Amino acid sequence: MEVIEVKYDNKIVKYFAYATIFWGVIGMLVGLVAALQLAFPDFFNDYLGYKLISFGRIRPLHTNAVIFAFVGNAIFTGVYYSMQRLLKTRMWSDKLSYINFWGWQLIIVSAVITLPMGFTSTKEYAELEWPIDIAIAVMWVIFGWNMFATILVRRVKHIYTAIWFYLATFVTVAVLHIFNSFEVPVHFMKSYSWYSGVQDALVQWWYGHNAVAFFLTTPFLGLMYYFVPKAANRPIYSYKLSIIHFWALIFIYIWAGPHHLLYSSLPDWAQSLGVVFSIMLIAPSWGGMLNGLLTLRGVWDKVRDSAVLKFFVVALTAYGMATFEGPLLSLKNINSLTHFTDWTIAHVHVGGLGWNGMLAFGMLYYLFPRLFKTELYSKSLANAHFWIATFGIVLWAIPMYWAGFSQGLMWQEFNPDGTLANPDFLTTVTALKPFYIMRSFGGLIYIIGVLLMGYNLIKTAKKEHLLTMRWLK
Amino acid sequence: MEIIYLMLIVSLLIALVFLASFIWANKTGQYDDDVTPGMRILYDDEEVKEVKEVKEVKEETNKNNQINKNGSNRSKV
Ligand code: HEM
Ligand code: HEM
Repeated sequence: MEVIEVKYDNKIVKYFAYATIFWGVIGMLVGLVAALQLAFPDFFNDYLGYKLISFGRIRPLHTNAVIFAFVGNAIFTGVYYSMQRLLKTRMWSDKLSYINFWGWQLIIVSAVITLPMGFTSTKEYAELEWPIDIAIAVMWVIFGWNMFATILVRRVKHIYTAIWFYLATFVTVAVLHIFNSFEVPVHFMKSYSWYSGVQDALVQWWYGHNAVAFFLTTPFLGLMYYFVPKAANRPIYSYKLSIIHFWALIFIYIWAGPHHLLYSSLPDWAQSLGVVFSIMLIAPSWGGMLNGLLTLRGVWDKVRDSAVLKFFVVALTAYGMATFEGPLLSLKNINSLTHFTDWTIAHVHVGGLGWNGMLAFGMLYYLFPRLFKTELYSKSLANAHFWIATFGIVLWAIPMYWAGFSQGLMWQEFNPDGTLANPDFLTTVTALKPFYIMRSFGGLIYIIGVLLMGYNLIKTAKKEHLLTMRWLK
Repeated sequence: MEIIYLMLIVSLLIALVFLASFIWANKTGQYDDDVTPGMRILYDDEEVKEVKEVKEVKEETNKNNQINKNGSNRSKV
């Protein structure tokens, strides 16, 4: 009898995992700089005053680095690891895998160079200029091509829910990126959007919202459906729910974009449409969160011992909070208080630090011992990271909710004679300084946690190196 | 607001692609069984061998493991 041996490609997973840690540290450090700039503007303007690191350039560098470099590489790490195992086959083409890896890193490097130099399309989360947009489209298609081909040559008939999430991610991000990036180049590093005015805004938030939905949410739900059951060694609470929740989520998500444009010149009916779909989103979102959390019923004793599961529990809880808060923020009367304030920023980081960050950390702690066939270098360090990160999120988010609420109220405060109580916008900003300092501190703590993780995981990888000298093989 | 037509068409097209894959999944029996897929993912080995061989290989490794666990390394030597 002939034996066909299939070896999974673990090297590509290791590459993406290292990249995740590296860009995570960079992206968050840049975020910390942005946070400090808001807390100590004088210092940055008067003493440094260096335009390459001015807030307007640092901020998009932060968002691009954390979303596309940190979260992006985390997605690839988890997808390349789980897909091979779920489909019981190696990736269809190693060549495409490594083109995907190096291409993606090159795109990130080009962002790190061009954004501080001031090249920007000015569209949020799509700031990169047209040559880079094209490169992103090509890399994304290469990733999708490899994924589809791997699915076609699979050895298991059933396609597990996680893979459906990856597929939806691929299709939607591809379409939205391409449509939002229609632009007219004027020279090598400058282009203007094909659309104009409110039409451009609508396309932008159709894209922007779905960047959140299909880059920060669906792929991570896919990772959740693989890594939470694996780490708990329990099947997902309800497989049926995972199917229903997947289809409900993707059919509703694409219509919610207008909630970013409430009270704008967008036609009223389009705003209302966005609101209705945003409210509906709570059901499938919570379906996913509960499915993940309930998977752990009966193994809570394991949660106490395992840092991986603890990270997952906080990630799922943060996901539940962000998706509860999101529909509330979509209500016009609430949005009139929160829009333009730090409330939105707090909402974003409950999602970013809590859901994306913690899930990515849990996944990395799960992966490294398995990829390197050894024990984690230090369990207590991993537990320390967990507590530091959780504390960091709290210190980050609470001051920002407070700041958002205060500033929103200050803007709406009137004197008895009908004039604004705070006619000077600046007073509503300087009042927030203490909160900005606290937020920076929360961010600093969170980053220290990430550094501990990097140390712990590299030590774990080195352990195998010493044992077998097969590092990175 | 002509842009809305473009967006509606594209969004509907995406939705149609999803709908088609949903129908495909149902028709081809992807969702006939909604219990075992959740459990199956818990069993994966580092290397896959074609089905029949897997069992034999596994049994062998199990045996080896047992010998080692019993501490009777001598029997091996
Ligand atoms: C230590 C970690 C972090 C720090 C200190 C930090 C800091 C900041 C700061 C200061 C801003 C600008 C806020 C403003 O304009 O008022 C910001 C924006 C943003 N950050 Fe972070 N961040 C961190 C981590 C993350 C992570 C992990 C993610 C996502 C995965 C993320 C996603 C974003 C996004 C999407 C925005 C733009 C928000 C908006 O436009 O509404 N951040 N961050
Ligand atoms: C049911 C789910 C959700 C709904 C309905 C929702 C809704 C909203 C709303 C209404 C805003 C504020 C728009 C404004 O006033 O400008 C917003 C902002 C934002 N949300 Fe969510 N949210 C949800 C979940 C999430 C999750 C899970 C994440 C992250 C992982 C996230 C990331 C963001 C980001 C990055 C922004 C800032 C966009 C900007 O740059 O202005 N959201 N969301």
